[in-house]
Amino acid sequence: MPLIGRLIIQTLMKGGVYALLASGFSLIFGMAHIINLAHTAFFMLAAYGMFYFMHDLGWGTAPSIALTLVGVTLLGVLAYRFILNRIREHIVAVLLITIALGLVIQEVMVLAFGNHYLVAPPIVAGYTKIAGVSVANQQILSLGIMAVVIVFLWLALTKTKLGVSIRATAQDAEIASLMGISVPRTLTITMGIATALAAVGGISVAPLWTIYPQMWSPLLVMVMVIVVLGGLGSIKGSFIGAFIIALVENLIIFFMPSGSYLTTVFALLFMVIVLVVRPAGLFGTIFEEEKL
Amino acid sequence: MVGLVRRLFTTFRWSVLPVPGRLIAVIFFAALFIIPLTITIPRYHLLILTFTTIFAMFAVSWDFLSGYTGQVNFGHALFFGVGAYCSALLNKYLGWQPGLTIPIGAVVAMLAGVATCFPALRLRGPYLSLLTMAFPLMLLGLVIALKDYTGGEYGIMVPHIAATGLSQYYICLIVMTVAVLIMWKLTDAGSKYVRTGLIFHAIREDEIAARASGINTIRYKLLAFTIGGLFAGIAGTLYVHVLGVAGPSTLVLTMSFQAVIWVAFGGIVSIYGPIVGVIVLYTLLHFLGVGGTTFIGRNQILIMSVVVILMLLFMPQGVAVWVRNKIERECPRCKLANGAWRKECRACGANLR
Repeated sequence: MPLIGRLIIQTLMKGGVYALLASGFSLIFGMAHIINLAHTAFFMLAAYGMFYFMHDLGWGTAPSIALTLVGVTLLGVLAYRFILNRIREHIVAVLLITIALGLVIQEVMVLAFGNHYLVAPPIVAGYTKIAGVSVANQQILSLGIMAVVIVFLWLALTKTKLGVSIRATAQDAEIASLMGISVPRTLTITMGIATALAAVGGISVAPLWTIYPQMWSPLLVMVMVIVVLGGLGSIKGSFIGAFIIALVENLIIFFMPSGSYLTTVFALLFMVIVLVVRPAGLFGTIFEEEKL
Repeated sequence: MVGLVRRLFTTFRWSVLPVPGRLIAVIFFAALFIIPLTITIPRYHLLILTFTTIFAMFAVSWDFLSGYTGQVNFGHALFFGVGAYCSALLNKYLGWQPGLTIPIGAVVAMLAGVATCFPALRLRGPYLSLLTMAFPLMLLGLVIALKDYTGGEYGIMVPHIAATGLSQYYICLIVMTVAVLIMWKLTDAGSKYVRTGLIFHAIREDEIAARASGINTIRYKLLAFTIGGLFAGIAGTLYVHVLGVAGPSTLVLTMSFQAVIWVAFGGIVSIYGPIVGVIVLYTLLHFLGVGGTTFIGRNQILIMSVVVILMLLFMPQGVAVWVRNKIERECPRCKLANGAWRKECRACGANLR
């Protein structure tokens, strides 16, 4: 029973992070057809930001979170405006420039913090017993933050005017622009939202996961697997794919601890099969008509 | 014999000397062959030069496979690593010598190219890139998981291809020169003897139109994957036998991306571009870096990434192509390359200004 409880908590935790990352990744791909390989690097940047403000500078929780969120989002928007926007027609250039961006962030982190394993101080301390499983309060808080953000994202995309314009641009940028939607502005806002989602993920796991300069690349692989499984560009697919992959990953780790190296292999094999059998994924429609 | 020399001289006088790009290429290769014989190069620098020839072959094979046909392969390290591990495993368990394991490793890498091609044929654009990116990572996971056989993160110790650094350098250089010549000839769109160059260009520009013109595009894509895999595999086997160890570094994501970065830096869809990319981003950075003792040596990845971002933004066609466009001009009438200083075409006399 405690095993199942821990499995559920771990799956929700990992699935939540994956869902935040994959939905942002998917959002920007559906909008601008940019495969942003630096996406998880922004996640890592947020985790480092939390570590820096809370551990090195000793700031309180609220200013740390606020400054990290705003800073990372701003960086994402700037990267889009001055780098990605200019070359987004060319697939190879986009892939290369985003991987280079990720490497730049990684190396700057190495310069700033060194090649060490770090853990940010927890926002809340202590443990709570839920159904016989002791769960760190920090985990509950992180889960809460992620759940709230995911619900807000869903409502924003379906109910608000901005959400409608984002979805319209994703479906057909030309028609959207004829309907009076400013496409460049919408794209910039989407990039901001996508990066902010990654930043929220980074902020919520900073006290729980070890932070190291190369943490973004294994995560990137998992996010790509999830997004392909759910269908590139489909937000719903990303959410569901995130929890499926998190569950599979945790099942492998729980029942075959020696096979933790193989999780990536299985995940990638999964991605290859999905790509070959059904390139649209679970919920995507191929290429042009990405739907929510 | 005299006839051959005379023909070579005529070719040099009339087709190489008036075109600065070709002259630079000839001088460059001549220098690669002559300088290490005449000047004693320190061991570190000679090793870097050896790796330069290997990586040049690796980068050119990516350009051949992905640049020319437009099938953007983001897992080129697969062939490199398959060749490397195949050669190392044969050496470890059967005790075969590098002279035998290198060709076998290359052939297995070629088969890996064929195997990759089948799922890859079904996909296009970013989907193809994601798919190919997955293969070396899967193999890497297996290599780490089966560490009793593959040595895990420490890799497998293998013998060197030759006793001295200089002979290693010459073996790699000769193999690289032959490989680059073959790939250059195969991709030459103006060639009278092979059609592959023209067909690769057609597939990249418009696959449906190529198919409508009666070209079996699948066969040519298969050919591109086969030959690209073969030469990348040779590069991989040579790499481990120069380094002395076959480790997981041959399969990591960085290895795949490095090939793409070198090619994009030098100039995609040009055989000389990747070589320039390797010279600048690998050799120059390592010469300046001197084994991590200087600032440049410690921050190579950072410098390389920043250079790549700036280059893609401001010089998207690649450095080598940019330079070539400055020093050469194509005749609008007969499409022959001319030095940029000429007023009229050297063959047909058309006005170039």
